[in-house]
Amino acid sequence: MSEHSNSAHAKSPLKMYFSIWAALLICTYITYKAAFIELGSFNAAVALGIATLKATLVALFFMHVWHASEKLTKLVVIAALFFLLLLLGLTMTDYATRPWS
Amino acid sequence: MPNPIPQPAMPQPAIAPPVERENYLNAKYGVWSWLLTTDHKRIALLYLLSITFFFFIGGFFALLIRLELLTPAGDLVQADTYNKLFTMHGMVMVFFFLIPSIPAVLGNFLVPMMIGAKDLAFPRINLLSWYLYIIGGVMMLHCMLTGGVDTGWTFYAPFSTNFTNTKIVEAGLAIFVAGFSSILTGLNFVVTIHRMRAPGMTWSRLPLFIWAHYATSIIQLLGTPVVAVTIVLVAAERALHLGIFDPKLGGDPLLFQHLFWFYSHPAVYIMILPSMGVVTEIIACFSRKRIFGYSFVAFSSIAIAVFGFLVWAHHMFVAGMSVYAALVFSLLSYAVAVPSAIKVFNWTATLYKGSIHYDAPMLYAFGFLGLFTIGGLTGLFLSALGINVHVTDTYFVVAHFHYIMVGGAVMGYLGGMHFWWPKISGKLYPEGWARLAALIVFIGFNLTFFPQFLLGYMGMPRRYYDYSHMPEFQILNVLSTAGATVLGVGYLLPMVYFLWSMRYGKPAPDNPWNAAGLEWKTPSPPPTFNFDEEPVVTWEAYNYDELDSPDKGAPHKEEVPVAR
Amino acid sequence: MPDSTVIGLHHEDEHHPELLHHFADAQQQRDSASLGMWVFLATEVMFFGGLFCAYLVYRHWYFPDFAAASKSIDATLGATNTAVLICSSLTVVLAVWAAQTARRTLLIVSLILTMLLGMAFLGIKGIEYREKFVEHHVPGASFSFDKVQVPGHPDQYANPHHAQIFFSLYFVMTGLHALHMIIGLGIFLWLLIMAWKGRFTPEWHTPVEIGGLYWHFVDIVWIYLFPLLYLIDRHP
Repeated sequence: MSEHSNSAHAKSPLKMYFSIWAALLICTYITYKAAFIELGSFNAAVALGIATLKATLVALFFMHVWHASEKLTKLVVIAALFFLLLLLGLTMTDYATRPWS
Repeated sequence: MPNPIPQPAMPQPAIAPPVERENYLNAKYGVWSWLLTTDHKRIALLYLLSITFFFFIGGFFALLIRLELLTPAGDLVQADTYNKLFTMHGMVMVFFFLIPSIPAVLGNFLVPMMIGAKDLAFPRINLLSWYLYIIGGVMMLHCMLTGGVDTGWTFYAPFSTNFTNTKIVEAGLAIFVAGFSSILTGLNFVVTIHRMRAPGMTWSRLPLFIWAHYATSIIQLLGTPVVAVTIVLVAAERALHLGIFDPKLGGDPLLFQHLFWFYSHPAVYIMILPSMGVVTEIIACFSRKRIFGYSFVAFSSIAIAVFGFLVWAHHMFVAGMSVYAALVFSLLSYAVAVPSAIKVFNWTATLYKGSIHYDAPMLYAFGFLGLFTIGGLTGLFLSALGINVHVTDTYFVVAHFHYIMVGGAVMGYLGGMHFWWPKISGKLYPEGWARLAALIVFIGFNLTFFPQFLLGYMGMPRRYYDYSHMPEFQILNVLSTAGATVLGVGYLLPMVYFLWSMRYGKPAPDNPWNAAGLEWKTPSPPPTFNFDEEPVVTWEAYNYDELDSPDKGAPHKEEVPVAR
Repeated sequence: MPDSTVIGLHHEDEHHPELLHHFADAQQQRDSASLGMWVFLATEVMFFGGLFCAYLVYRHWYFPDFAAASKSIDATLGATNTAVLICSSLTVVLAVWAAQTARRTLLIVSLILTMLLGMAFLGIKGIEYREKFVEHHVPGASFSFDKVQVPGHPDQYANPHHAQIFFSLYFVMTGLHALHMIIGLGIFLWLLIMAWKGRFTPEWHTPVEIGGLYWHFVDIVWIYLFPLLYLIDRHP
């Protein structure tokens, strides 16, 4: 947080903001189009992969996690994702192995 | 005090000066100065009053339960009344007493003081969380008075969603609202501990009480939202019969249990971790020693918080989940024992060759040590898949979690109340009565719950109001009910003499125990902004060797304090 | 070394009107607010996480029925809404930048644009909900999902019960998301009023920053909801 005022990066971040915005729109378009192509189980992978890419872009550049944020912010983000994965992953250990028993 | 602790040589007013100095209690008067306060200390007292109220309501239900079980026949209350009694006992005690108990009262009061801050980071949000608690509490009271809930505090689907016609939605919403109170308290603590520490108060100098509350807050923040959204699903399911938890419509009731226990198992650690923090402070003070293995105790709190999230399905071993997943969860459940054992070992090692003083707070801490150890070890029995199947839904489980929650959490809470009461109220309580009460609580507790281990092992199921086909269980049940009566007296006593001390107690000195910690370096009761001048910390936590050394000079200034 | 400068005991000289008494300086106050919002967002992750967990379980169990139900929602509306939200995220970062660099007009325009885009999102959502209502896809007594083919299996019909679970999750997830949008609009209305009064300065614009964080988070949730709910198995 300490160096997030405009003095830290003197050049205007507008160019970056607009390029991220464009990238996000392009990604949305690709997701939308890819959903109509037969890719088998890769449809889900592509859709979720692009969604993760988009979410990462928003977090890193629009929410300023990439620069102008301290380690603590990154830690909070990682902790939240870690516990989300715990919830999903450990619950799925039950559902994935239930047919075996 | 009958068993005096070596007081420092430096002159210290044993009695407050005749003209009462301004403190947080007398700074302002009137109802609104309390109801609109943003002072964390006043909010702590608001919480103290409200959770005590709910504690006695929950205790009243417990009393009725124990009376019903005095005889094998179901002769005092009807079956469905009994179901409501144990449900409301559980819901009130868990969500409206235990979870807010230490964090919202002692934590609220002490976290800013221990780290040398003027207040929590978000005082208005702190007040908001008290109001949320009260709104939830009023809803819960209304729910109780208009019929209550009969599902057990776990409100398992599909019984709760499709069958019972008691007030599930209202009770759920009450818990939902109170849950946000808990989340906001946790959020406030995390931000406060990160941002508001006094100069020089580094992480390795924090009292372990703070570490315990930090770990607790992590659970509150990451667990509570999951149960909140589960309640949303239950309410939607009840209103519209969506089928999310209804096996007739393709739903899976076990999914409810997964989501519910993802919060509610770690919630046990919301109750026990702050208590561990309290006990750590007390043991260090009354052994006059630095806590053994500071960093191990600190990180074991964090480890308990994290491991606590890995084990929830051990509540579901017989519910029909995958046996392979059950194996995984059984194994992971053992892992929680490791950090818990580290704590017990380190407390014991702190006691070793300590200069031990048997004041009332220490008696509670000793009680905690024994009871928590029994509760924890029987927890290992329950995490073992094979034994778990045998004793599931018996009194063994009931005894186990009461040893943790009552023997552990409530003992720690009472110990902490005694330890910090002079600071909170500025008055001394009668030490003799306090020791007597600690003894009564300990005896009463064991008399109540130890027989339940035996009952459970012999196969008495929980939640039965009538055991007339097994009259041989009566003797142990009579013991348990008798113990509950003793326990009740043990809980009433402190309330009586705390109230008495507020009017008639001797004024407390600033540091009656000669304890380490910033909260003791400010007057009792503290001024509104805690410290007359901003403290600068140049010493390690629990520097009892320095405090007790005869040539205790001025605090040395060997280093320039580092900012946060 | 003068201790007071290191530990910031004398901060009265830099007292900002928005500085609350219990903070040592504005930096501490700003950092606390920012951390508070991030921690709150972590709880929000878990709040939606419970729903994602339920979704994952049932999608795993009832994939064909989920695919059929998902196909009945208008993906174009969903994609449009995604684009709308992404544009609103851009206007939010512009608002934060404008506040940082003392561009009051840009700040006000960006806040208004953000709110307009937010309302557009809710409007499109409303159209979508209306369609579902007309088609009797709203779970409850009048729900019907009879004789709907499973994508890729012309001989197989989706199980209406399982489709109802999909729509339940669809409505709960998008509903809670929309609720977050509405709360966000409230926050931005307040920010707009504050900006209008000229209360934000390059030194103090924390509300714009943390309000922006909240808005971006709601955007991220949607970024996942879009493929998970609209695009399960679309190809012919």
